[in-house]
Amino acid sequence: MAKNDTPPRKDNFEAPNKLNRNVETTGHEWDGIEELNNPLPRWWVWVFLGTIVFAIGYMAYYPALPLVHYTVSGWTSRGQLMAEMQNADAEKHVFEDKIVRMDVQAIADDAEVRTYATAAGRMLFSVNCSQCHGSGAAGAKGYPNLLDDEWIHGGTLADIAYTITHGIRNGTDEKARNPGPMAAFGKDELLTKEQIDDVVNYLSVLAHGFKGNESTERGKTVFAENCALCHGDQGQGNRELGAPPLNNAIWLYGGSNKDRFETIWNGRAGVMPAWGQKLSESDIKKLAVYVHGLGGGEAVATAPAVSATEVVPAAPAAARE
Amino acid sequence: MPPAQTPAYNESVVRFGTIMAMFWSIVGMSVGVLIALQLAFPDLNFQGALGEYFTFGRLRPLHTSGVIFAFGGTVLLASSFYVVQRTCRARLFGDPWLPWFVMIGYQLFIVMAAVGYLLGVTQGREYAEPEWFVDLWLTVVWVAYLIVFLGTLIKRSEPHIYVANWFYLAFIVTVAMLHLVNNAAVPVSLLGIKSYSAAAGVQDALIQWWYGHNAVGFFLTAGFLAIMYYFVPKHINRPIYSYRLSIVHFWGLIFLYIWAGPHHLHYTALPDWAQTMGMVFSIMLWMPSWGGMINGIMTLSGSWERLRYDPVLRLMVSALSFYGMSTFEGPLMSIKSVNSLSHYTDWTIGHVHSGALGWVALISFSCIYYLVPALWKRERLYSYQMVNWHFWVSTIGIILYICAMWVSGIMQALMWRAYNEYGFLTYSFAESVAEMHPYYLIRALGGIVFLLGALIMAYNMYRTIQGDVRDEVPVGARKGTKPSRAVPDFMKQAA
Repeated sequence: MAKNDTPPRKDNFEAPNKLNRNVETTGHEWDGIEELNNPLPRWWVWVFLGTIVFAIGYMAYYPALPLVHYTVSGWTSRGQLMAEMQNADAEKHVFEDKIVRMDVQAIADDAEVRTYATAAGRMLFSVNCSQCHGSGAAGAKGYPNLLDDEWIHGGTLADIAYTITHGIRNGTDEKARNPGPMAAFGKDELLTKEQIDDVVNYLSVLAHGFKGNESTERGKTVFAENCALCHGDQGQGNRELGAPPLNNAIWLYGGSNKDRFETIWNGRAGVMPAWGQKLSESDIKKLAVYVHGLGGGEAVATAPAVSATEVVPAAPAAARE
Repeated sequence: MPPAQTPAYNESVVRFGTIMAMFWSIVGMSVGVLIALQLAFPDLNFQGALGEYFTFGRLRPLHTSGVIFAFGGTVLLASSFYVVQRTCRARLFGDPWLPWFVMIGYQLFIVMAAVGYLLGVTQGREYAEPEWFVDLWLTVVWVAYLIVFLGTLIKRSEPHIYVANWFYLAFIVTVAMLHLVNNAAVPVSLLGIKSYSAAAGVQDALIQWWYGHNAVGFFLTAGFLAIMYYFVPKHINRPIYSYRLSIVHFWGLIFLYIWAGPHHLHYTALPDWAQTMGMVFSIMLWMPSWGGMINGIMTLSGSWERLRYDPVLRLMVSALSFYGMSTFEGPLMSIKSVNSLSHYTDWTIGHVHSGALGWVALISFSCIYYLVPALWKRERLYSYQMVNWHFWVSTIGIILYICAMWVSGIMQALMWRAYNEYGFLTYSFAESVAEMHPYYLIRALGGIVFLLGALIMAYNMYRTIQGDVRDEVPVGARKGTKPSRAVPDFMKQAA
């Protein structure tokens, strides 16, 4: 160990050392450290010079001096970007022109344009919609799954395009789908805790075909008096009122007893932004074609729901929370 | 030329610095492990329970400053005070008040910066987050540091200045310049904590990355090369391989490094000519960087057999190897076409950590393993088996970390630039984030393992300072060797 009073030792250079055998030190010494006078490694010098030569060549070929606009290659980063953007636009141009002119149904009917619109719609969806509906469109608690055939506000191309354009209960678009919120049956003391428990149990009968008991019988009555008005006497739902079907296993806000209780106690009122305020009309067409094609899209003929242009707000704005 | 007499050196300030360095290494690396886990499990931000104070955004600068400036900086202060005294055969200039002012003042800077980060007091400049009043305090401390170091060099009783001191001086002077220029800011009010940068827009960005890149170059490279140039030859008691190489690579490094910063701003609003400059200077920097590695590794020539039983030397050789690897990776990543893939991805994080964990931390650990017995006058460390454990555990931690980041970084880059036949992106950003999860877990595991190594070191150093010796089989001993408390030969040799 380094001790202040020990003179520097030089006695262990005797170990076999092919590289340093004939090399002398510089004669300098600091705290026992000496330096050999080995030359620079040849390969090191050559590679170093090689990088310098490369640098000079590169600087001649590419922009390398301020205020000098001439280079051998003529390359600029802006020029490269512009060229790439133009190329990409040129490829898309043909389809984009068509989409602007065609209506959403016509796009879906034209196989070639539909393929393009679906590809574009997928990307638009990833950027704008995936935050709530998930990157695979499978939804999340409170955000509907768009892969199945259950549609709260209609599943035809026109319905979907309308919902995307104007959104739901957003207060920023007059034409937004605006059905009244679901009542907070517990919080507003419309039902007792026991009654809500009974309805929660009855929903298992309705949705999952469970065997009934006394509680579900009571729940059935409460349901008929309080819920059927919007959700239908068989729990089939009502799109005009934005009331989802309750006779299947799809639960927007979670299907556990706890989740159901919470929904009935507090009420619900899902919101969606009006994307027409942000995206272009043709982008919305592409999104509609993409979402419609995910698996659950409805054809016009089978859709009993309101058409895109005739939606009337189901409740005055003041009724919203 | 044996010294006629050796002056008494100030070692108490070095002892204090060595303990603080170990303390900060554990603090800084623990925060690193936490933020790595936050990336894998966002709930660990505790935003609901603890407000904004322990979110990733607040803790990330705490980690970077904690390991770079608190751990790395304190190792540099302590080792430079140790090395400059011995290689100049002179007691520190301004002793005892000025060196102590530097050491304590620097710790105060760290605490002020760290508290500010948690409270959200930040300039938002990477690696230069402390606000203007903390910057002013650091300026005072740093000028005092320069005076101590230069003063000691001037009053030296050796005819020449040793190469380690060139590197230390380059580190001190350049960091002073970087600090002053990059932190030029106008406080909003005299007693307020908020300030605005003096420069704006792309000029400001260029200044920031001129600073950021040279913080790597002169803090994390030059400073720790100084450590290497003293502690490697001292530990193995061999002369430095090539004096000529040390001169050429020193000046090469100093001259070239300072121009390479613009490679952090490829494909931005920075003019093309400046981007070109950043790239070509980075490429020319490759060999001057490697000069330090060659000089370190070749100094070992003739002593390679020591690797079998000297775990401290293993740390030094690994440090130099990681140094060589990351100083090759750096120029590679500065090439524009490579950078268009690697930039903004985890590859950059992996690159930084192969340098920071592999080079800076390992050479610092080996420096501490040398310093503790030297400073506390112990014949040997408490345990060399523990050093060996530390070596293996940290090497495995580094490998886990950097491999995970290579894979996740390149995967991110390929996902971000994947297009379909119509020119639309194939993946959303969120999809690329979801794919990162397994790699973030591996990265966190690597960090935990590396932290474990630092804890082993801290315990070993505590027992060494206590004067304890562990009854253990020597590292690399033949099977059947009885445990003993003997001082290993290589420690006697270095005496």
